[in-house]
Amino acid sequence: MSATTTHDSSKNYINHESGILSWLTTLDHKRIGLLYMWTVLTFFAIGGFYAMLIRTELFTAGKTIVDAGTYNQFMTFHGAIMVFMVIIPGVPAFLGNFVLPLQLGAKDVAFPRVNLLSWYCLIVGAAIALCSLFYNGADTGWTFYTPYSIDTDNGTVWLVLGAFVMGFSSILTGLNFIATVHKLRAPGMTFFRMPLFVWGLYSTAVLQVLATPVLGITLLLLAAERILGIGIFDPDLGGDPVLFQHFFWFYSHPAVYIMILPAMGIVSELITAFSRKTIFGYKAIAFSSIGIAAVSFFVWGHHMFVSGQSEVAGIVFSFITMLVGVPTAIKTFNWVATMFQGSVRFDAPLLFAMGFLFLFTIGGVTGIFLAVTAMDVHFHDTYFVVAHFHYVMVGGTLMAIMGGLYYWFPKMFGRMVSDFWARITFLLIFIGFNVTFFPQFILGAMGMPRRYYDYLPAYESLNKISTIGAWTIGTGFLIALGVIIYAMKKGEKASDNPWGAKTLEWQTSSPPPHENFINDPVVTAGPYEYR
Amino acid sequence: MSTDSTYEHHPAHHFRDAEHEVEASKFGLWLFLCTEILMFGGLFVGYAIFHAMYPEIFIAGSKFLDWRLGALNTVILLISSFTVVMAIHSAQTNNKKWVLINLYITLACAAGFMIVKYIEYSHKIHDGLLPGKFFSYTGAEAAVQNLPLYFSFYFMMTGLHGSHVLAGMVLISWLIYRAHKGHFGPKYYTPVECVGLFWHLVDLIWIYLFPLLYLVG
Amino acid sequence: MGAHHIIPAKTFLNVLIALLFLTFVTVWVAQFDFGVMNAFIAMAVASIKGALVLMYFMHLKYDDKSYLVIFFTGIFFLFVFFFFSQLDIVTRIFEGNTL
Repeated sequence: MSATTTHDSSKNYINHESGILSWLTTLDHKRIGLLYMWTVLTFFAIGGFYAMLIRTELFTAGKTIVDAGTYNQFMTFHGAIMVFMVIIPGVPAFLGNFVLPLQLGAKDVAFPRVNLLSWYCLIVGAAIALCSLFYNGADTGWTFYTPYSIDTDNGTVWLVLGAFVMGFSSILTGLNFIATVHKLRAPGMTFFRMPLFVWGLYSTAVLQVLATPVLGITLLLLAAERILGIGIFDPDLGGDPVLFQHFFWFYSHPAVYIMILPAMGIVSELITAFSRKTIFGYKAIAFSSIGIAAVSFFVWGHHMFVSGQSEVAGIVFSFITMLVGVPTAIKTFNWVATMFQGSVRFDAPLLFAMGFLFLFTIGGVTGIFLAVTAMDVHFHDTYFVVAHFHYVMVGGTLMAIMGGLYYWFPKMFGRMVSDFWARITFLLIFIGFNVTFFPQFILGAMGMPRRYYDYLPAYESLNKISTIGAWTIGTGFLIALGVIIYAMKKGEKASDNPWGAKTLEWQTSSPPPHENFINDPVVTAGPYEYR
Repeated sequence: MSTDSTYEHHPAHHFRDAEHEVEASKFGLWLFLCTEILMFGGLFVGYAIFHAMYPEIFIAGSKFLDWRLGALNTVILLISSFTVVMAIHSAQTNNKKWVLINLYITLACAAGFMIVKYIEYSHKIHDGLLPGKFFSYTGAEAAVQNLPLYFSFYFMMTGLHGSHVLAGMVLISWLIYRAHKGHFGPKYYTPVECVGLFWHLVDLIWIYLFPLLYLVG
Repeated sequence: MGAHHIIPAKTFLNVLIALLFLTFVTVWVAQFDFGVMNAFIAMAVASIKGALVLMYFMHLKYDDKSYLVIFFTGIFFLFVFFFFSQLDIVTRIFEGNTL
């Protein structure tokens, strides 16, 4: 790249090169971010479609549209797609890829080739997972619990291997981000001048690097279990099926924080930008991200209270699990304190951030109920758990993704999203969400088990309400898709800094040039110098 | 540069200079090694747990392995680790001939390791000493309950390790190709260093696998 | 910064000799039965070898200390994984759980 060419202001990263091939071979983090955007949106549509099918099936007791075996497959694919292909790459690989180098004042991530490779890992992994459809699908749930996953006669092994390959995608993204944060900060960008979204992504990346390899070996052992019959998790051959759950949750519990930590980072950005006020307790929020990441490795046993795990282990895990509430609460209080006496602008991104606060608090507090072993014995594997984690994952992460997408959309495409329509989507999603999942808390407390195809007549009315809510969410997301595509083509032209935000990505043009900044930025102050 | 080669490495556009790129590459590589440790770590944790549960199968199982072949492979890998280090040393001192010689010895050692592994594997397969449900050995020593689990661990651990040796061989061949083109000298030897680090990790894991599988009974 | 510090070849040769010697030691020591100590002795020797490889061959002794931090973070979380899984298995047997 010659440094002497004068900058042409009509050139940006989107029209810098053209043709499909230029996208498939791009090393530009912004373009890879967009590749991820389309991929994740596609998977989200598929996973969401499965969700609609599940809820429609549960509209009435007994058979509504499909039989029990098909329902189990819907449930498995909904879970696996949403976890491995949507929420885990959702924030870091899509929004993170686009925003992180910009916020750090870097020209790219540390290893652009590895970044592209990680996208291909996701695609190849998804293709492998899809192969399971040719072998009668998979019906184990996304958790692949042994011994059922060893015995069931279908394409589970393809789904397992697909998730294994997608794991590399996650590892490579995490590795790239850690190296970028350590090595590519702009001059003057000290650790405590980094935006909080970067802190969130950094903590996430640490989890991705430390936890995902264990998922890799777990899935490899499970595949070997099915192909070679090695017996490590198979009680018939002297193995221990509960050990599989230890292996699985050692990854999958931190994975829950891989999903939520970057979302918390987005919310920090949104709240401070739309309150026009310096974030309250910057260091507290930054360190609580690291704190959540660290604690997440010590709590996985709370998924196993009724698995046959020993009582001692249960008590230890229960106790440590409650500690997660501390850093999470620190963040929530700081966000609320930031808004206090701020000059709040209720644009759509802030509405999503506030939706996050509301829903995540409910999800978090019910998490504390579930951490208590005595209550978990009752709630375990009921709809209470389903409601709890949807409040955290959908109410938390998806709300933040939507908020972040509307917030950074002007930077990505140089055009504004219609604020009116964005608010409409917020209302539909927020109301629909509560209608869907709040009844599930009650259903769970009444004892309706999760993942079941059928239920007692007593649960029917609440299930009907829940299904109607699901259709409302579906409508909300369809409208959101329309709003976004319309804005991409015909939206009002955006200025470089439409929100008046202070972080570095708003200092460059919208959309940014190929090398991000025309003049290399030098940082002299913190990220949120509002007032 | 005093050599006849015209090759000069340019750092990628987002790095300040070559030094910056080297630092970032090594940092990233160490993160990768960390993931490798945790991935193999899963197997080691499984091994430790089952060793505590059924110590007898590990005593019985290790008797089926020939410690001499294991020791031979340990020596082979240690020597190959040494030659990789010497390849870097030769690059630093601008001795291009010895960069190549050292890399060739490393590749030969890796191939030797795989040949010994092949001899061991074919012997096991012939005797029916296979993992889990494929175990078909019928000798008197096989009376220990759950003995097939030992071979599950043996094949999973050495198999995963062996696949890393193969990956290492591909990477070393790539280094040899570039070394032939005269790419490596005192100013630029990052690929040799990074592949070297990976190779040492493969060695490091074998250092633990050897006593755990062959000697600890 | 020790990135371009050239370590004399003789150092590496000495390390190789030490590693080969320790391989001999670990094989030799395995002939004797120390009961439960067998595994500990084997692991101790392996760890000394591992430390030599890490410090000299992998340059941790000379390089940036952040690599050391990365390495030990990995080892630490591996230990966490081992500790809590083993805690469950051991106490399960202790509690007379049928699993």
